[in-house]
Amino acid sequence: MKSSPAVLLARHIVLILFAVAFLIPFVGIVLAALRGDSETGGFQLPHTWTLQNFAIAWEQGRFSDLMLSSVIVGAIVVPSTLVLATLAGYGLAVLRPMGHSAIMTTFVIGLTLPTELVIISLYYNLDSVGFTNNYMGVALAEVALFLPFSVYWMHTHFSGVPRALIESGRIDGASDWRILRELLLPISKAALTTLVVLLSIWAWNQFLLVLVLMQSPTRRTAVAGLGYFVGEYGTDIPLLAAASLIVIAPVVVVYLIFQRSFVAGITQGAIKG
Amino acid sequence: MALLNLRADGRTAKPRPSTRSLSPRRHFGAIAFVAPALLIYLAFSIWPAFNTLYYSMLDWDGLNAAEWVGFENYAKVFTEPELFNSILHSLVLVFFFAVLPIGLGLLLAGLLMGSGTRGLSAFRVIYFLPQVIPLVAVGIAWRWLYAENGPLNEFLETIGLGALAAPWLAGTDTALIALGLVGTWGMSGLCMMLFVSGAQKIDSSLYEAAAMDGAGPIRRFVSVTLPGLRGEISIAAVITTIAALSSFDLVYVTTSGGPESATTVPGLLVYRLAFTYERIGHAAALAIVLTVLILIFVSVIRRLTKEKA
Repeated sequence: MKSSPAVLLARHIVLILFAVAFLIPFVGIVLAALRGDSETGGFQLPHTWTLQNFAIAWEQGRFSDLMLSSVIVGAIVVPSTLVLATLAGYGLAVLRPMGHSAIMTTFVIGLTLPTELVIISLYYNLDSVGFTNNYMGVALAEVALFLPFSVYWMHTHFSGVPRALIESGRIDGASDWRILRELLLPISKAALTTLVVLLSIWAWNQFLLVLVLMQSPTRRTAVAGLGYFVGEYGTDIPLLAAASLIVIAPVVVVYLIFQRSFVAGITQGAIKG
Repeated sequence: MALLNLRADGRTAKPRPSTRSLSPRRHFGAIAFVAPALLIYLAFSIWPAFNTLYYSMLDWDGLNAAEWVGFENYAKVFTEPELFNSILHSLVLVFFFAVLPIGLGLLLAGLLMGSGTRGLSAFRVIYFLPQVIPLVAVGIAWRWLYAENGPLNEFLETIGLGALAAPWLAGTDTALIALGLVGTWGMSGLCMMLFVSGAQKIDSSLYEAAAMDGAGPIRRFVSVTLPGLRGEISIAAVITTIAALSSFDLVYVTTSGGPESATTVPGLLVYRLAFTYERIGHAAALAIVLTVLILIFVSVIRRLTKEKA
């Protein structure tokens, strides 16, 4: 169907208006963070431009510790979830042991359970074994939280692999493990990349679990630290804006580099309603 | 009998494995692939969930001996105004997090109906951006936008509506709506992109057939686009509704439930009851009620968007 130039123009105007609406808060905090004088303004440009707020926020917020914590948690969560979900997705979609559909249903139910449901018990259970204020405890809790989507994602991916490929491996006498490693993983790069991107962003952004399970100020992640920072510097807008940008920067960079993978994950992961 | 399987080269031929009946050994091998993920998930998600169910029947402060009280905590959830109001607030948020964004998404999909994708990928990056940013940072940005001397009020002054300026997040009448609109901002891009990319998969011959029958743009949207987007609408509704009912991060940062409990949500109260007020039983009961509410919403959405037989 051909559209007239007027219609095309109208469509683009609508698209641009929405884009502006989504960008306004970001433009605002960037301007606020670069303001030299302590007067808080709206969207007019700062009188004096400065990067000083970032340095102060980094110092005051102890962001060296916070960022390191985020990296440590992410470095445990992302690879573990990826490996566990790949093995489970392959097992459930290709090998199909007895009870595989019941197990899959159990994972899928997890897609709808809120964090609030597990957080209370998780705190008391982990506390009783000395796993609160501990990177491993937080990481395991996050892995469990992200497994339902990850297993579902890998299950969907492996279900789409041609049966003939797997059968040819079996005829050659390859073990289940070898079929996964040598036949399936090489053709799973896109699915795995998407999962890594999503997991990295989710792990970085996780707030409630860290707030409860990591009370120690030096071990908090960047996002949890930012939550506390608001309590302490609630009225110092330039400082808050700078701190927010410090915390946002890594996810935005990852997103911009891998935006195709991210979009694929959100749109395809959502296909099966 | 391995002997009967002897081949000319002296090796035993492997039986062809079929997926339907695994030999015990293969079956055990298959379970081994699934077990690690399943065990961690059971230990750190499913077990705590059942444990919360158990806590919800206790009168417990987290330290001293607990007392079994049956369903008393649940009665409290529905009779104590503070707790019950938080559930009502979260239902209001469903309108802003789910209904409005889905409406806006359908509007955009309708406007772009039948158009090519040229230039859409640049927009896509921007439209998905709110989904990527940690909600804590989103909350900080909006606190500033809504502030008494902030950009929003400044803008109202500029266009001569200064009389309307208000401390949006600090007023008991406006705080929940202001908070809800942040959710609208956060969820709309996701719905728009889901529906626009879904609409592009709709067979264009359906539109042509509708046009031949003399259907105008609105009729075409209702009879072709809407049914074609059933799956996308379903999933968007599920994602946004869960986000609304289980919201925590955004509320914690923007209003902390204030002013005067005008913006409390179940997630925030579960956190406070459990870790500030030491009312574990009440916190657990509220968490269970929240979960049941989510499950009800999800199954209703699924039923409504199911293919009509």
